[in-house]
Amino acid sequence: MKTDIILSGVGGQGIVSIAATIGMAAIRENLYLKQSEVHGMSQRGGAVQSNLRLSDKEIMSDLIPLGGAEMILSVEPMESLRYLPYLSRQGWLVTNTSPYVNIPNYPDIEEVIREVEALPNHVALDADKIAKDTGSARSSNIVMLGAASPFLNLPVESLQEGIRQIFGRKGEDIVNANLKAFEAGRKVAENNK
Amino acid sequence: MQTLLLMGDEAIAQGGLDAGISGIYAYPGTPSTEIMEYVQMSKMAKEGNVFSNWSANEKTAMEAALGMSYAGKRSIVCMKHVGLNVAADPFINSAVTGVNGGMVVAVADDPSMHSSQNEQDSRFYGKFALLPVLEPSSQQEAYEMTYKGFELSEKYQVPVLLRLTTRLAHSRSGVERLERREQNKIRLPEDPRQFVLLPAIARKRYKVLLSHQKGFESESEQSPYNAYFPGQDKSTGFIVCGLAYNYLMENFVNRELKNPLLKICQYPLPRKLVEQIASECEQLLVIEDGYPIVEEMLKGFLEKGIKVKGRLDGTLPRDGEMTPDHVANALGFTVNKGKDVPSVVTGRPPSMCKGCSHIDMYNSLNEALEPYGEGRVFSDIGCYTLGALEPFNAINSCVDMGASVTMAKGAADAGLCPSVAVIGDSTFTHSGITGLLDCVNDGSPVTIIISDNSTTAMTGGQTSSGTGRIDEICRGVGADPSHVKVINPLKKYHDQNTEIIKQELEHKGVSVIIAQRECIQTATRKKKEKKK
Repeated sequence: MKTDIILSGVGGQGIVSIAATIGMAAIRENLYLKQSEVHGMSQRGGAVQSNLRLSDKEIMSDLIPLGGAEMILSVEPMESLRYLPYLSRQGWLVTNTSPYVNIPNYPDIEEVIREVEALPNHVALDADKIAKDTGSARSSNIVMLGAASPFLNLPVESLQEGIRQIFGRKGEDIVNANLKAFEAGRKVAENNK
Repeated sequence: MQTLLLMGDEAIAQGGLDAGISGIYAYPGTPSTEIMEYVQMSKMAKEGNVFSNWSANEKTAMEAALGMSYAGKRSIVCMKHVGLNVAADPFINSAVTGVNGGMVVAVADDPSMHSSQNEQDSRFYGKFALLPVLEPSSQQEAYEMTYKGFELSEKYQVPVLLRLTTRLAHSRSGVERLERREQNKIRLPEDPRQFVLLPAIARKRYKVLLSHQKGFESESEQSPYNAYFPGQDKSTGFIVCGLAYNYLMENFVNRELKNPLLKICQYPLPRKLVEQIASECEQLLVIEDGYPIVEEMLKGFLEKGIKVKGRLDGTLPRDGEMTPDHVANALGFTVNKGKDVPSVVTGRPPSMCKGCSHIDMYNSLNEALEPYGEGRVFSDIGCYTLGALEPFNAINSCVDMGASVTMAKGAADAGLCPSVAVIGDSTFTHSGITGLLDCVNDGSPVTIIISDNSTTAMTGGQTSSGTGRIDEICRGVGADPSHVKVINPLKKYHDQNTEIIKQELEHKGVSVIIAQRECIQTATRKKKEKKK
């Protein structure tokens, strides 16, 4: 079993928390893991990505080869398209549809969504709205983790346990809000699968 | 032993702690910052009273680490590649003095310049200083090499350079720990003159360093991190350094590797192993994440020996980070690239945060400078370098830490007037103060804007050495107090701030304008912590 995931978004949108949660779950499942991320300058509102690799065998490269990813998991629609050369032709693109507009020339969002929908395997959902509806607007990243969870080859319980570990420091309320967000995202993906 | 999920940087920190360091010295710089940050957060470090404060710059950090080693204790000093330029003087000389307690110099290079001005390769510095260099290919090796690097350092009484690149620095994987070792006790060097590099003594010490070279080479030959893997297909032998090993092996996950392979993670080059693969193969392919150092050495200037392929002959790209795809191309393997990036996708460069004080500073500066025209603002390394981009287009240089002040001075000396420097508070205390002293001594007509957000912001908000004392420091260096102005860069003060800058641009001597307002990121974080 091997799962290579490209996580993408804009600096500050919380892809590191998604990566850390999946990482915790993978360790719980005794899988090999390599997770590479971007620190420094791009974190200031720039495009950021993280390469996350899980396997039951030893992993060599920290970087996913071109066309090798089983999934792109994106918290921002335009950013989901930036890494398409890395997505396997059979891979899934799972993305938030709510744009993060911090540049003057952000493209027409309709056109962005059309590109997403042109892919044979995609799940697109408005994670910002779903997060708001569950009462925790800041958890849209974990809504996206929930939406990706059916494709992850990881038991739901391990991901939930990962959420407890990653957000545990911030208190019980935050943990529960994120667990709820996870469920909401998961439900959307299950219905779309 | 316990398995931890660690980034390469964190693995180095944990390796140091388990090896019994008594102190870590560093100045923040991507991709090395997290080594120090891990120690600062570590319970084990706190219990062991491990010194872990940020230094003013990499040079002071290196010297302090050497001082701790002089006292017999183990120390580690960390920086990004360009930081080693700043610390080059103590680094090269510490090879000549040698060390007492073990000392590891951990330097993180940044090929592809994800967050840097160049992609220089620190292995050159190791060779330059005639020191052993360790280059981990995994998080586990980063941990072990730090731990064992101290043993190597104490065995030969020299500092050891640990070189890693961005990818490993910021990638996580499982790390198994070794047995924890106690810290050294204070013990002075046996030879009281070891560290006194007067020419007569330095000549002797240098011979000692030279006499160790054979030993370093034989350490490399016996190192578990340098390994020769035989193969039947002798048409090409692969020599891979550090992380490049993974990129090669990634291409053989579902293929059989039939060629001889030499993995090199410890330098100087293991001569016997290199000779073996060269004698067995018709040609060599050298893969490195960084400069083609090994390739160049093996090729030789006259190219009289075995054919060597790599970055220099175009088999691999000459610049940028190594990737599994570059290696696949070099091997002639098909890369199953996914769909192209749709044309609708536009670039999203980093930008200053909403509410950032630099924005208000630049708005005032741009307006004040309007009558003089473009091309007279020298800037520096930090978030404010983003002032080079739209919509500000406010700066004309970014070279190295502190260069804003001195380049503005040189341009003013040449007659460019007004000449402006824009520098952050942490960069100013890192390397700007001496430049200000030059300006003061010469009465140079420069306007120095210190955009003081009271933190080292770009690397994530680390302590800044001069917080709360920047005006005092400037006056202490000799800037005329009537031309040291403190302004509050807020939109509501825009007009009066612009007016102050205008006045100082007219002054025919040194002016310092401190635009003081806390970084919006640090301020928000502090507010949140208070709430808790």
